[in-house]
Amino acid sequence: MIHIANLRHQYGERAALNGVSFDVRRAEIFGLLGPNGSGKTTMFRILSTLMLPTSGAAEILGHDVTRDPDGVRRRIGVVFQSRSIDVKLSAEENLFHVGHLFGITGAPLKKRVAEMLERVSLADRAKDLAESFSGGMQRRLELAKGLLHHPQVLLLDEPTTGLDPGARRDLWQYLALLRDQEGVTILVTTHLMEEAEKCDRLAILSHGNLVGLGTPSELRSEIGGDVILLDAREPQQLAAAIHQRFQIDATVLDDGRVRMERAGGHRFVPDLVEAFPGEIDSVSVSKPTLEDVFIRRTGHRFWNEDAAGVEQRASASAKKKKH
Amino acid sequence: MATTTAAYNPDKTSFSLMPALSLWRREVVRFYRNMSRVVGVVASPLLFWIVIGAGFGNNFHNAATGTRQNYLDFFFPGALMMIVLFTSVFAMMSLIEDRNEGFLLTVLVAPVHRSVIVLGKVLGGTTLATLQGVLFLVIAPFLGVHFGPLQFVLVVVDIFLCSFALTSLGFMIAWPMDSTSGFHAIINLFLIPMWLLSGSLFPVASASPWMAFLMRINPMTYGTDALRGLLFPASAPEFSLTHSFAILTVIALVLFVMAFVVANRRSTKAAA
Repeated sequence: MIHIANLRHQYGERAALNGVSFDVRRAEIFGLLGPNGSGKTTMFRILSTLMLPTSGAAEILGHDVTRDPDGVRRRIGVVFQSRSIDVKLSAEENLFHVGHLFGITGAPLKKRVAEMLERVSLADRAKDLAESFSGGMQRRLELAKGLLHHPQVLLLDEPTTGLDPGARRDLWQYLALLRDQEGVTILVTTHLMEEAEKCDRLAILSHGNLVGLGTPSELRSEIGGDVILLDAREPQQLAAAIHQRFQIDATVLDDGRVRMERAGGHRFVPDLVEAFPGEIDSVSVSKPTLEDVFIRRTGHRFWNEDAAGVEQRASASAKKKKH
Repeated sequence: MATTTAAYNPDKTSFSLMPALSLWRREVVRFYRNMSRVVGVVASPLLFWIVIGAGFGNNFHNAATGTRQNYLDFFFPGALMMIVLFTSVFAMMSLIEDRNEGFLLTVLVAPVHRSVIVLGKVLGGTTLATLQGVLFLVIAPFLGVHFGPLQFVLVVVDIFLCSFALTSLGFMIAWPMDSTSGFHAIINLFLIPMWLLSGSLFPVASASPWMAFLMRINPMTYGTDALRGLLFPASAPEFSLTHSFAILTVIALVLFVMAFVVANRRSTKAAA
């Protein structure tokens, strides 16, 4: 459905995509997971025909984004991260307008607009100006707009930005419905692990490189067993000592914690603590997550790729301390 | 299993002006929903009426013909042209708003020929500018300017051609911009000289040679001259009506094509 081959993109000197290749299959929800600045929005812009790639090829249903943009545009629905509806028009007017852009007119358009408004639960607000809508309602209108012309492929850029948890859940349920009932192929970019978990398959991007491709469980299964994280006063020394004593890879993360993978982690912890009395402040054992996949492939934590990430991590760890 | 009827078939494609019509309608709807813009459009001709009616003296020496002529005869077409000029070009500020508000994204990912997008936007701006010009024309009889139905139609055609050319120019300038203040700066560079050198203030024949040259390549000169010839037959226009209309049509088309070329570029930079 979507074929991407050695796609590269440069913004001046800065490389946003370094030769990424993957294929998206029919009727699957495919996630592009990566922190800010990893290249996923660049990929989205290229696929939605807003920007030409520097080199490489991207095809949607056999139509090349560079050579046949209109062929691509006729077949894709696009939901942008930012607002793209006209808030000075009513919900209904927005959809009529999009219909006209696609050459749909008259009774079929009327029927389709009513149908889409019904589906996104905006039928009772059809005549209201979009500027009077809440963020969640505007997002639903964006979705209705992207789906109006029955696209076979739907592209969404961080679609849950600014939505509350309930609205996020609704959106994901609706995406699953589209995939199951209408066979729509969905490509969605996200920086949220819990959303990535809901995708059928994932491509993980880091600094413009593809660092992982597969189903969430496939990706997680490459981690050998459980993940153990230690807080210590002398993390470098401790990591070296653990490596020497137990012959396992212990790495110091950029937040100063020591990380290792080990099958049956809970049985290993007592040995570990007894081996280094007084040197370990706290221990945590967990099942591998997609973030562990990211750490394993890139050597650093997901949120450390850019400044915005550092902030988010800081607020996340602040929350943890309260517990 | 499709639960809905497909209203759209991506394999069946045909060139249609429907999107242009829809963009045009959006432009007009947004205009009349914005009360301050409506007030501006209605009030500015009235203001001009008062200023012109009360402020200007009776006599003005026309250097071209050597005759004495009521200044109003000379100034009225210029004032009308100024209103059309400003409204046309500033109408395309909406393009920058569309870009900033995100609406342009919707248009850009639709399978619409770029010329149709330009046409819709330009016609929207042209309609508003023409409307404004015609409103100004309605008060003309109160100022002592009289014309028949044929003249009225020809004047509207003249205003339309000027608006179309200028809105296309505005589109071209607005397309690569993302701030309205930058647009103001660039536009003022064009607008004021274009108006000063349009024959609104002094006739081509009375200008120095290099200035006369600038006036001759300024589309507004022909618009103003045609207007003057139509409204004040006694004032002896410098160009024939067909000459002026022909030049205006060509300029309007050239500017439209240039606007299309600007909008049709695809690059490796983010489009919106």
